[in-house]
Amino acid sequence: MSFEEKKAWAYAAIAVIGYSVYLAMVFTAGSFRPLTEVDYAPLMLATIGGAIVAGILTGIAIAVAAPKNERQADQRDREIERLGEHVGQAFIVLGGVGALVLAMLQSEYFWIANLLYLGFVLSAVVGSAARLAAYRRGMPTP
Amino acid sequence: MKATRVTNSIRPLRFAHGEMTQAALAEQVGVTRQTIIAIEQGRYSPSLEIAFQIAHVFGLPLDEVFQYPALKGPSPTTD
Repeated sequence: MSFEEKKAWAYAAIAVIGYSVYLAMVFTAGSFRPLTEVDYAPLMLATIGGAIVAGILTGIAIAVAAPKNERQADQRDREIERLGEHVGQAFIVLGGVGALVLAMLQSEYFWIANLLYLGFVLSAVVGSAARLAAYRRGMPTP
Repeated sequence: MKATRVTNSIRPLRFAHGEMTQAALAEQVGVTRQTIIAIEQGRYSPSLEIAFQIAHVFGLPLDEVFQYPALKGPSPTTD
């Protein structure tokens, strides 16, 4: 497994675990009151911050463990990276459009913020899944 | 899923060139060993530049290393 493929696995796992932890905390805090009354912002900031730190540390750990000559990304890695970014970007746009609609409908900030966060998480997970599929099964041909 | 219709003879050529390893070929071309594996297995269609570099390593013209099946229909004519 290449250095970049290991990083794609790690980032997908971090995104899923981070979001699962966030949901668990929000639902636990909201077990005796409506979800919209949960003070979600500190929980969201903590899990986003934690995921960023975990991503950086995991990237460093994978780089340290990899042989020196395999740490460099080549053309295939860059093409797969672009594919992942392209696929993941769609979910950021969907999250943004959804948040726009919710804002127009004057929904609670809770739902707007959470829809945006879900968009970021889906972007990371689906983008990583597209990268992993490209590494495992090959790049799609036009 | 076959990701590309481009086929190649890299594996037999490596063995014909002193049982060259995938790592040695990767180093000469400047890509990772995983990329050579993906090209050999038909999971990645390399850029023209990398394809030429691989052909140069074996000292062969491009079409003796990489092949592309002819498409159905009339073949192009030269006038």
